[in-house]
Parts: sequence; structure tokens; C-alpha cells
Amino acid sequence: MTSAVATDVVIVGAGIVGAACADVLTREGLSVTVVESRGIGHGATAAGMGHLVVMDDSEAQFALTRYSVDLWRELADEFPADVEFDPCGTLWVAADEEEMNAVRAKHDFYAKRNVATEILDPHQLALVEPNLRPGLAGGLRVPGDCVLYPPTAARALFDRARQRGAKVVHGEVVSLTGTSVHLKDGTRFSAPHTINAAGILSPRLTIEADVRPRKGHLIITDRYPKFVNHQIIELGYLKSAHSVSADSVAFNVQPRKTGQILIGSSRQYGSDDPTVEHPILRRMIRRAVAYMPDLARLSVVRAWTGFRPSTPDKLPLVGPAPSDPNLLLATGHEGLGITTSLGSARLIADHILNRPPRIPIDPYLPGRFAKEPAHA
Amino acid sequence: MPDLRVNGRLVNVPDGVSVAAAVLIAGVTTFRRSVTGQPRGPLCGMGICFECRATIDGVPHQRTCQLPAQSGMEIQTDAPR
Amino acid sequence: MPRAESTDILVVGAGPAGIAAATTAAESGAKVILIDDNPSPGGQIWRGRARPRSLAYRWIERLLFTSVRRLFATTILATPQPGTLLAQFTSRAVELSYQKIILATGARERFLPFPGWTSPRVFGAGGLQALVKSGMPIANKSVLVAGAGPLLLAVAAALRKYGARIPLIAEQTPRARLTAFVRHLVFHDPAKLAQGVALRSRLLGVPYRADTWPTRAEDRDSTLHVTLRTPAGPIEIPCDFLACGYFLVPNLELAALLGCRLNADGVTVDDEQRTSLPNVFAVGESTGIGGLEKSIIEGQIAGLIAANRPDAARKLFRARHKSHHFATALRTAFALRDELKQLPSPDTLVCRCEDVPHAQLAAYATSRDAKLQTRCGMGPCQGRICGPACQFLYNWPADPSPRPPLYPTTLETLA
Repeated sequence: MTSAVATDVVIVGAGIVGAACADVLTREGLSVTVVESRGIGHGATAAGMGHLVVMDDSEAQFALTRYSVDLWRELADEFPADVEFDPCGTLWVAADEEEMNAVRAKHDFYAKRNVATEILDPHQLALVEPNLRPGLAGGLRVPGDCVLYPPTAARALFDRARQRGAKVVHGEVVSLTGTSVHLKDGTRFSAPHTINAAGILSPRLTIEADVRPRKGHLIITDRYPKFVNHQIIELGYLKSAHSVSADSVAFNVQPRKTGQILIGSSRQYGSDDPTVEHPILRRMIRRAVAYMPDLARLSVVRAWTGFRPSTPDKLPLVGPAPSDPNLLLATGHEGLGITTSLGSARLIADHILNRPPRIPIDPYLPGRFAKEPAHA
Repeated sequence: MPDLRVNGRLVNVPDGVSVAAAVLIAGVTTFRRSVTGQPRGPLCGMGICFECRATIDGVPHQRTCQLPAQSGMEIQTDAPR
Repeated sequence: MPRAESTDILVVGAGPAGIAAATTAAESGAKVILIDDNPSPGGQIWRGRARPRSLAYRWIERLLFTSVRRLFATTILATPQPGTLLAQFTSRAVELSYQKIILATGARERFLPFPGWTSPRVFGAGGLQALVKSGMPIANKSVLVAGAGPLLLAVAAALRKYGARIPLIAEQTPRARLTAFVRHLVFHDPAKLAQGVALRSRLLGVPYRADTWPTRAEDRDSTLHVTLRTPAGPIEIPCDFLACGYFLVPNLELAALLGCRLNADGVTVDDEQRTSLPNVFAVGESTGIGGLEKSIIEGQIAGLIAANRPDAARKLFRARHKSHHFATALRTAFALRDELKQLPSPDTLVCRCEDVPHAQLAAYATSRDAKLQTRCGMGPCQGRICGPACQFLYNWPADPSPRPPLYPTTLETLA
């Protein structure tokens, strides 16, 4: 039996989170091995929208997304063109006065925390996005948000990590502890720390990773340059993302640099079947066309599904597993994995290097779900 | 014998020809520009390669080899080099 | 809301196999819908007006005499639930419900990339024939025909009828394999041999060269200069157009979307043309490229089985067996030679929808990785053009993870 390969950190999973961890840790001078059973940037990284967005639905979500979007923007100039980084900004759209109140509340929330946003009235809305239907109440523009193409972003991060010595190994993990990784073919790795960044597969390796698939549908069109200028999301999206049990759709479109338009989104619980479900697709399309009527005539090239790794409280699992503190979880990012991959990686690195993190790690610690024994 | 316009020029074509044939009859060989700007024309003749796309009556991305030419059609191809 | 129709037996594809299936099923009393995205029946091989007394004419006449509901110019888009297909007629959606379905989705040409293949003067072989049949002027134009397969002869003969000059028919297959194929026909299928000889005689005066294929096409001074590899060394032939296709590959997208088991040649079927899914049949080129007779016989067998006439179907088993013999000989004869893998140069585009060059793709071990990183196969052709080329060039395992819609369509049609 061959002896275990020693390294500083073994990362399981070569999606965007694994890529971000490999990039940061190698920059700190650590030797990193990444184990992946399929390919670079597969899983949710391949399926999702690549929207880099600062969210306001909770302080913890805000902290992690803001930290991360700043990191993405710092990196932007270093990326090759195929990452398709585009600082197009987000436009949250309000259909009525009630949603406009939510827009104002959002604006205040961001303003207090120094995130620049701009309230748009219906006239201004029509100017920046002429294909939105008339009659909307207005919107909130967040110019600092961006979009990119996640599979190539993951690869770009791995390219940087590999230049600093990171190894990416193709293999299937059969057992994972905080200090060892065993592969199906018998290969073993040993390290002072391991990271479970396996997305929806993470519970197979670590029982404490309470991660469940949340299915989503997306559609991409043929090329229609300048049809959409921002990532446009209806405010109702937040209700959709928060619903704990119901299947929901929300209007969410993204302009790709190719001129294609990415149309979403849907959320469903309890399904791990990747088949495209036409009733959901229909609801999603109708919702999108309700906001942008001219979408109806555009040519659809492909529809597909993906699975967001979701947790009970919508926040990711970042930090040591309670039962095995050398095993670090970096998973459960739901629909914000691309955005928060960079922030999560920093938190992981700070933990490994025993440094104070830039933002508190507490809200994301996996141990938050463990039941505390009653104190006397 | 349908009368139609290809890139603004009036052309008269035989009955029953496809839009792709009408474009070729009009002497146009570049149907579209590829994503890096190369001139392209029909390849497969059966509606699966998408190289014969042109804008018909304002609607882009139409597969011209699959559509019958009709009187009054306005066909716009991408500009040749 | 889409319009809805229902039937006992839905036949997808109105080429020879689908026509045979629909006709025999309807003649046996079943309620049949026959669907095809072309405006008239015949598929590729029977495209255009059929000559009276020809096999095509007789079958189509027979079809028209039945009660088969014909939905032409109708494209299948998706499989929303078992027993239902979503289709599109002009811009309107139609939902088709069926008890049994017979897949007769036919084949398409295989294209191999080589320097200059994206020029507007380069067409598929069947591709150019289809375009000419639908009105493209070709009189007095010189057309070099190249690639692989008996289709090249049929294309050259058809083009000539429309007034084209054919300077050469270049067949990649080694002379020895062609001779072996002819010998096979002499012993096992003299009728086919006679057909071949007749075809060849219509091409008197047109050179036909084995071991020959185009290596480069250059558009210069309103002429296409095609360089070909021959056993005696390279030659250059100027022409107006190059019609080039490397044999055929089956259209398996609908079968894959339905979830049928596939093998290296096509959809896996049993004696009764049943696929791995209950009530789903597959016939013709979709079960393996094999020519006209195989298509017609398999179509009849499936039509009869689906219409609950197994005894009548069984009578055709022997003929089917013989047609399979020919199919195997055909595929063996015209298999691609390894040298064709050297055709593309590093900057030759392999994916035409997204302009992805050979050098970029060669680096990937699977089509999925290549797709995610380069977008190869993510364009509107949905991998139909580049897929077979990539499988041949890079030995990527087939990646049947089809996604709807099967053809690009508008958002409102899917809604």
C-alpha cells in the first residue's frame, strides 16, 4: 500500500468555491491539492447565472456578499477575456408602490453601509432598460454589481493556483476527515486541514453538512446585443428565495457579453431529478414576458436545470465541522455561490492561518446548527 | 413568381424556391457573419447548421433554407466584407 | 396554451422509414399522426417531386391514400411528460399525445473541418443537393464533390441534371475497401449493384477517385481553389463550389431526450424495433445508418407491431436481416480513415456557431469540459454539426445529455 501524499490542504471539489480556496491558499504559500470527480467548474458552477451581487436580506448575507463583490472587482483586471467579467450592475424592479417602498428601504440600507445605489422613477427606468414594459413603479440600480461566466472564472482561479504549485487530481473521494482524504482508486492524501467544497455532494462526505439541493431552471437565448443592459431582477425574487417550501419563479435576466440573454429563475425543493420541468419553465417564461414583453419573440437555444446547495437558514457553511475541527466546510452557498466564493475562501484562509478575519465568521459556522446543551 | 427584396434590392424568383435560394439568386453569398466576423452561407441545406440565417421582415435568426420565398418579403443578410 | 392533438401512434419523421411505418400502421386500422419539419414528405433521400412509378412515388401515394393525419412543417421541441411531445407549427405550439411513438428521425451528414471549410463556397454534399432542389441556381457552375459514401454519386448525378459540371468526385475510402464493397454487392445484393452501376453510368465522363479528399479550400478571385490529397500527391482544382460530406450520422436527439438506450450505431432496439422504453419504437437510420431498404423494412415492421399485427411483421424479418447485412457492409466500407484526423490545422474552426478553433478543443478530454470552457456545442446548432466531428477528432465519449428545446424556438412557443 502506497503511503499517503502529504500536502498543506486538500480541497474536495473543483467548483467556484474550491477554486477560490485554492487561489487564496496558494497565494499564502500553502501547498494545495484539489480532488475532483468530474471536472473544473461543473456542478452548480456550470449551471448558474454568474451574478455578483450585494444582498441586503440579512446583515450576515450583506457582509459576506459585499466583502466578496469588492474582492471580485479588485480581481477583474487580472482575468482573461473568456471570464466575461462585466460590471453591468443590477437593476431591482418594482411593479407597484408597495415594491417601491421596498426599493426605498433597500436604498437606505445600502446607503447606511456605503454601497452606492440609485432610485429610478418610471421614466428613468425606461431610459436605462427600454425593453421593460411600461407601467412599472420604478427600480433600484446598484452599479457596483457585476456578472461573469462561472466555469471560465473557476478555471482562471485554478490557473493562478496551479502556477503557484496547486495540484488538481481527478478522482472520487470515498472518505474525508480533517486530516485525510481517501480516493476510490486507493490514493490517500494527508494534510493538517481539509476543505469540503463539494456543493450538493458535500453531505455524502460530511454528515454535518446539512445541504440540500434546490433545483433551478434557466434559459439562454440566441444573440440579441443591447436588448438588456443590467442584470434585472424583480423585487418579488426575494420572496421566492426566502420561501421555505413552495416552488416559485421570479423574473431575473442577465445580459451576457456574447449578446445572449440568460433568463431565470426558479426554485424548487425536494427534487434531485435534473429533467427540465415544463410547467415550471412555462411559469418562468410567462413571468419574464410579463416584465419584458419583447422577450416572447426571442429565440431560445437551450433550457437546463441545476441544483443550488441550500442550507436551512440561507447562509453558507464556512468553517470547521463541529465533530472534526480540521475539516473545514465551504459549501451550502445556495444561489450566491459565485459571489461569495471569494469571501468564503478568505474566511477559510484566515481560519487556517489563525488570523482575525475581515468580517466575523460566526454567522456561517457549521456549528450554529448543533444543539447547545442547557447551561446551568 | 414572387417579387421580394434582398438587402433592399428587388429580385424576382421562380415559384416554390426557398428564401435561401432567393438570396443566392439575388447574387448574395454572405448570409451572416460569424461571432468573429467571418462571412458564412448555408452548409447543410436541411435546417440544422444555422449558417443560412438572415433577418426576414425584421425578425432575425430565421433559417432561410427552411422557408419558402414569398412575395413582398424583406430579407436582410449581414453585410459582406 | 398550445393546441392539443392525440393519437394511437405518433410517427416522427416522414422519410422512407416514417412513411412506411405510418402507412402500414394506418392500413392496419390504427389512428396515426405523421410529423416532419419539412413541408412535404420524403425526408432527405426522397426530397422533391418524385418520378412517377419510382419507389418514392409509390410509397408517398400509398401514404396519401391512408387516413394518416399529416403534420408537416412541424418541429418537435420537447418531451414535457411521458406520452406527450411539444411541437411547433409556424409560431404556434402543439401538444401531441400518443399511446405509442415510432422514431424515424433519419440521419444527417457528418462534416469534418479542414482549412477553408467555412467559406460560403463550401457546402455539404447532401446539403448542396437540397439547396439546388429548393431553387439555388447551379447551371454551368463547376462543383467538386468530395467526402465519403454512395451519397456522393447520387449528389453528383443530381447536380449534373441541374446543369452543373463535376470536375471530380473524391472518395476518401481506400480503393481496396471500395472493391471489397462492390464484391460484397456482387455476391449478396446484385440489385443494389445494378443501382450503383446505373448511377455510375449517369456520371460518364466524371472522374471518380478513391483515396482522395480535400485538404484545403481557398476562396480567391471568385473561385474556390481546392487542394486534394491523392495517392500520387496533392493536386489543386479550381471550381465554383465544393460539396463535401463524410457519410451520415443518425439523428438521436429526440431518442436521447426521451431516455432511450443508445449504442455506438444508434438507438438500441429489439426484434420488434422496440427501444428500451415501453411503447417507443425506433426505425431506419436512427437504429444505425443502413440505407433505403433497411429504413423501409424497419418502418413497416414497427408500424405493424405497433398496430398489433405481429404475424405480418414477422414475415419481414428475413428481409430485414438481409438489409442489415448490407448496412454493415456499407458502414464498414465507408468508415473514416485515420488520416482525416489530421485535416484541421490549429486555427481551423471546429465549432462554427461559436468560432472555436481546433487547437483550443484538442486540449480537453471530454465534450462537457470543452463545452463549459469554450462554448463548443452551445450554439444554435446544439452540437449537431460539431458533435460528430469532435467525437472523431478527439475521441470524446458521446455525451448524450440533451436539453430542450430540440431546436431553437421562441420563448412564447415554450410558454
